[in-house]
Amino acid sequence: MNNLIILPIIIPLFTAIILIFFNKNIKVQKWISAIASFAGIIISSVIVQRVHESGIQTLAVGNWKAPYGIVLVADMYSSLLVLTTSIIAFTSLLFAFSTISHDREKFFFYPGVQFLILGVSGAFLTGDLFNLFVFFEVMLMSSYLLLVLGSRKIQLQESIKYILVNVISSALFVIAVAYLYAVTGTLNMADLSVRISEMGQSGYITVLAILFLIVFGLKGAIFPLFFWLPGSYQAPPTVVTALFGALLTKVGVYSITRVYTLIFYHDPSFTHQILAWLAALTIIFGAIGAIAFWDIKKIVIYNIITAVGVILFGIAANTPEAVEGSVYYLIHDMIIKGALFLLVGVIIAITGTSHLRKFSGLIASHPFLGWMFFIAALSLAGIPPFSGFVGKLKIVQGGFEAGEYTIAFIVLMSSLLVLYSVMKIFIHGFWGEPKEELLVQKKSPKGLLIPIVILIALTTAYGLGVEWISPYISQAADTLLDPTIYIQAVLKE
Amino acid sequence: MEVLMCIICGFLFSAATYLMLSKSILRIIIGTGLLSHGAHLLILTMGGLKNGAAPLLGEHAKWYVDPLPQALILTAIVISFGVTSFFLVLAYRSYQELGTDDMDQLRGNDYE
Repeated sequence: MNNLIILPIIIPLFTAIILIFFNKNIKVQKWISAIASFAGIIISSVIVQRVHESGIQTLAVGNWKAPYGIVLVADMYSSLLVLTTSIIAFTSLLFAFSTISHDREKFFFYPGVQFLILGVSGAFLTGDLFNLFVFFEVMLMSSYLLLVLGSRKIQLQESIKYILVNVISSALFVIAVAYLYAVTGTLNMADLSVRISEMGQSGYITVLAILFLIVFGLKGAIFPLFFWLPGSYQAPPTVVTALFGALLTKVGVYSITRVYTLIFYHDPSFTHQILAWLAALTIIFGAIGAIAFWDIKKIVIYNIITAVGVILFGIAANTPEAVEGSVYYLIHDMIIKGALFLLVGVIIAITGTSHLRKFSGLIASHPFLGWMFFIAALSLAGIPPFSGFVGKLKIVQGGFEAGEYTIAFIVLMSSLLVLYSVMKIFIHGFWGEPKEELLVQKKSPKGLLIPIVILIALTTAYGLGVEWISPYISQAADTLLDPTIYIQAVLKE
Repeated sequence: MEVLMCIICGFLFSAATYLMLSKSILRIIIGTGLLSHGAHLLILTMGGLKNGAAPLLGEHAKWYVDPLPQALILTAIVISFGVTSFFLVLAYRSYQELGTDDMDQLRGNDYE
């Protein structure tokens, strides 16, 4: 029992409620939300350290013991993700302070962000499938708000599609939960794992595994189900896209990882094979999209899809190396996607356009921005000193060990395509002669660069300090590879 | 009883699918409402119905139904209620702003 692990859920909740009362006073809102999200970073680091020292922390809410009551579980995987979430939230808020327009601030932008963080942290920490659904809905509800806030035409139009897709996937989630409850009689993840290993993974359970893959795949944007993502992520302001790209899809990926390593791991030749091929197709289609578009926002959005494929291939290969690699890569990707979207936001703020053919030669007037973008691009593609390298290396190594030569090769090739797609932005946007007809703002956006510098420093430190970080990551991978650790921690107390 | 409920769920799902494939936003919203109703009924059915017993376990209770599915659908109903009302308001607002409720005309996103 550890009451600490409910704090990442409680703090954003109370902050959001308090912020609603200050909806006229935006300065107070900014201060409160900055302080609260900074407190979130401190608390989640404490949780990570606590988990590292004394194993998985659980909290039976209301003291109802595990299989019957609601239980919150912080293993290393989820607590690392909560820590990354709070870092992304803090930096995005810093960015939002100077970019979000007054209209949006007045209409509950900051409470919306806090509720989003509440949903995401809750989804990471819950140990119960139905509560996962509830936290998904909290997160989606606030994402609807953030997506539509400002009500430009494109936002309204894309919100309708986004909500429709998510309502359908939520209904599918409820249906999947209902079937699983009928088959096993429990919804606690640890208990589910025990019961399924006792009665064996029958055909029903495998069908349910695929149903859950569809549900979480819709949220996480895997191959046939990513069609909604490019449109709806393009509509809102870049800081909202940064939050969505760094957090929302990763919750889907986290859920797939959780159910495929903890619950449905008995029939890997079927379920994990499907997952592996879907991951490969996701990588290919994401890379094609990233190369095809000339809009910088779209290029980075399609890179989200590629990264989702890479992470899921690590899970599907299911060897120790690959799982460890995918944990590395997931955290790396959250940080770097946050940084890239904020950089795109700065570029749009400077040039007023996101179309690559309409501006060039930015490096002459904004050299620092250019170098930040260069580092982010290298890190995204996985060039050695930066953070993407280790994760991808381990995933590919694990893929070869598992005998998935084709897909591991696709992962390797995708690095080149990803590098090409971001270097395209660099070559066409930053090099060359500055275009005269475009009114480039000469004032360098110093305030906007602070959160980006924080994130870039983090990704560099993450890449250089792998040796220091690796005990944490391998602890997370150990829990994923051996479900009994998780089950012991939740059920035997 | 369970068989009947399953048929009703299937009917609701098919009606919902039909409505969601239509062009008008209002029909689509009604479709999503029916879809979540079907899902809620399905949860209730999957817990077992036990011929109308109450979810109370006394000392002399012959039957009692599982209370957990009822707690689950209570949460799910509240959530789908909230989402549906948000969706309705969004549909109205976008009808005002975009001047149409026809999904065919809302294709693509070439405003910028």
